[in-house]
Amino acid sequence: MPRIARDHSRFREIVKGKVRKDFKKFITHSELLGRRGRHVVTIPVPRIDIPTFRYGDNQGGVGQGEGEPGDDARPGQGQGQAGDKTAPHTLEAEVTLEELAEMLGEELELPRIRPRGREEILERRERYSSVRPIGPESLRHFRRTYKRALRRIIASGQYNPRDPVIIPIKEDRVYKSWKTTFAPRTNAVIFYLMDVSGSMGEEQKEIVRTESFWIDTWLKHHYRDLQTRYVVHDAEAREVDRDVFYHLKEAGGTKISSAYSLAAKIIEDEYSPFDWNIYIFHFSDGDNWGSGDTELCLELLREHLLPDVNLFGYGQVESPYGSGQFIHDLKSHFAGEESLITSQIPDRDAIYGSIKEFLGKGR
Amino acid sequence: MSLPDHLRREAERIAEIARGYGLDFFETIFEMTNAEGMNELAAYGGFPIRYSHWRFGMEYDRLRKSDVYGLSHIYEMVINNDPCYAYLQETNRLVDHQMVMAHVYGHADFFKNNIWFSRTNRHMLDRMGENASEIHRIIDKQGLERVERFLDAALSLEGLIDPHSVFRDPVSDIEEEESGPRPELSHLKFRTKEYLDAFVNPKEVLEEELRRIREQLERQQNMPRQPERDILRFLMHHAPLKSWQRRILAMLREESYYFAPQGMTKVMNEGWASYWHTKIMTEQVLADADLTAYADHCSRTLAMPPGAFNPYRVGLAIWLDIEERWNKGRFGREWEECQDIEKRQHWDTGAGLGLEKMFEVRRFFNDLTFIDRFFTRDVCMEQKLFTTRPDPRSGEQRIAERDFEKVKAQMLFMLNNLGRPVIEVVASNYENRGELLLRHQHYGADLDLGYAQETLKNLSGIWRRPVHIETTVDNKPKQLSHDGEKFGQRDLVGAT
Repeated sequence: MPRIARDHSRFREIVKGKVRKDFKKFITHSELLGRRGRHVVTIPVPRIDIPTFRYGDNQGGVGQGEGEPGDDARPGQGQGQAGDKTAPHTLEAEVTLEELAEMLGEELELPRIRPRGREEILERRERYSSVRPIGPESLRHFRRTYKRALRRIIASGQYNPRDPVIIPIKEDRVYKSWKTTFAPRTNAVIFYLMDVSGSMGEEQKEIVRTESFWIDTWLKHHYRDLQTRYVVHDAEAREVDRDVFYHLKEAGGTKISSAYSLAAKIIEDEYSPFDWNIYIFHFSDGDNWGSGDTELCLELLREHLLPDVNLFGYGQVESPYGSGQFIHDLKSHFAGEESLITSQIPDRDAIYGSIKEFLGKGR
Repeated sequence: MSLPDHLRREAERIAEIARGYGLDFFETIFEMTNAEGMNELAAYGGFPIRYSHWRFGMEYDRLRKSDVYGLSHIYEMVINNDPCYAYLQETNRLVDHQMVMAHVYGHADFFKNNIWFSRTNRHMLDRMGENASEIHRIIDKQGLERVERFLDAALSLEGLIDPHSVFRDPVSDIEEEESGPRPELSHLKFRTKEYLDAFVNPKEVLEEELRRIREQLERQQNMPRQPERDILRFLMHHAPLKSWQRRILAMLREESYYFAPQGMTKVMNEGWASYWHTKIMTEQVLADADLTAYADHCSRTLAMPPGAFNPYRVGLAIWLDIEERWNKGRFGREWEECQDIEKRQHWDTGAGLGLEKMFEVRRFFNDLTFIDRFFTRDVCMEQKLFTTRPDPRSGEQRIAERDFEKVKAQMLFMLNNLGRPVIEVVASNYENRGELLLRHQHYGADLDLGYAQETLKNLSGIWRRPVHIETTVDNKPKQLSHDGEKFGQRDLVGAT
């Protein structure tokens, strides 16, 4: 057999090399987001090819079929060359999320995340990976039961190949059962909070989407089990699903405290900081309603959120309407606070630096 | 994997039937493989052992994807070799296998008898293996990266041969032609006592000097004396190559010449094989029960994909037309001069020369001469052929014309030089600076500039001096250049 595996992997390496080379460009482009599968991301890269002297594609060809002059000769593409294969102009590089995270790490020189000192916390996991002789009929392991019965019948000489009736008795029956294992807990939860007040536009949301994609990718690289919760707020906060999060458009004012208190409540109810690595990322244009609410935010942060989380990231996107005051308030009140990171993201190009700011501390 | 017994018997039976019709082929060995194996083999052009390069991996990737997504499926693959090797895919039905076998015997007959194949290496399977192990030896010695870089550049020039000179022997023909006396090592030596010779005339220094002088001489001479289309051959002689690089170039050139006749006879060869599988299947082999499966398979391989051009289909149509015309005596002066439509429609002299003519054509023609001679107005209409032209705005191909002459001219253009632009080397000492000048014979179609640029870059890497190509872009004569660092282009004033 030909040694295709080697040539194929060399080819894929070259394609991935292309991705690596242009990685910075991919970070700020949102086109990857739609291409995300469960384990892999397909990244469009310019077709690699062995260049040869060839005709340009502005040439005529010969085709077959119905149609009047002037009609579209496609589908099927009137080929320029007889016997030439029509080739796609872009190539899809399949990159696993693992590799993507590694590339991100390399590109941004990100330190590895150190989960908060919880190595001693063991997680109990139960998996159905075993069998036992008793159990409910619904868990009967049919194949094994049958095999045991067959073996018993053959051994006892009752097997009749012309009439192979196998009837299991109680001793043959085998039931699926679980095994308990303990593993260090590496659970994490990310809260994405977003301001959806009228002043946040499409462009701003796009930035949030791109940032959260990379944050997800990086954290997923470090935690086996990563949960994501989405909270939107204007003057009021509510929890939504991912889809709504990115597409919701509300009008109205902004009360950031509403989101913080909702997040604090969810954490309190569901995510004990002793069991979970908690991340919160909040994106807003920084235009909060009144200093009273900002006071409340600061208090919520100080009292409830910051003590519980690994990292609280605040990303301020720029909108033509916002005053952008909130980031200054945070900075002045929490200067030197390790678990709070603020970042300004005026436009797409700032995404690159902003991700580095958020993830650069290895928390 | 070799064939299970029942298929081996089937292959023998069909071979007998094919011989009965007058087909004459090398012994043909069928191998069984699975879908993956088929894609692997196809990526390597059907050869189980070839040198290692990522482009095969790329081809494999493409084939496998389009196979998995159901866009294409390889039924048949056959290698021009003695014995002929062909592959069957194990998941295919019996009727598919029968059909593939009949088809393969058609190809095998064509390989053996068509004159354009007469100089191809019939032990190419071994030869590819030898080339592969030689390249792998070079890789062991020179390092993968260096060899891969050279292969990348060389493969980019792989097509620069003269396919119509297949009658040159691609191996012996690379012996260098001498041009005047060459400086030899002895000319450079200082005269001295014998025991001092090794010190006064150190061998390495002299060799280096000799190489430099020869190179200089070569640069001063402007080669070639006549424009040369076999650019690979030219480079082997005149480019400053290391011996391993020259070896690789020689191997790639050899493989290019081996594959060239297949490119030159695609329409004919596929049509011929399709004609024979149809005849063998419908007249002798096909079981009644398999009729629908057979028709299904046929409808796929012989389909008229909207807008595209299927060489299997058009080739078959021309062969059938030849058969009919020579069976009914529709040739010769009387037929040509007959203007009476009624008479022409019922013209049948009972000549019965169809098969005889077909065997003659399969021996002496290639696609160009085949289309030129036997592609008729009737076939053009029946096959609904048209020319296409890109829409100036969107670039999409649109139907241009259905005029027979235009379609024929376009087909001939597309088939000329294996569908590649005709390029020749004109001067090796261009501007008296040892630069290489190529010329693109512009027959109305421009080069793809992006690709041309990259190709020139690769060429300059091999020539190690600036390289140029004269071509025409948008009806204006231009010269594209690459000096190894950057690409340049300038307008040419008047034709040179």
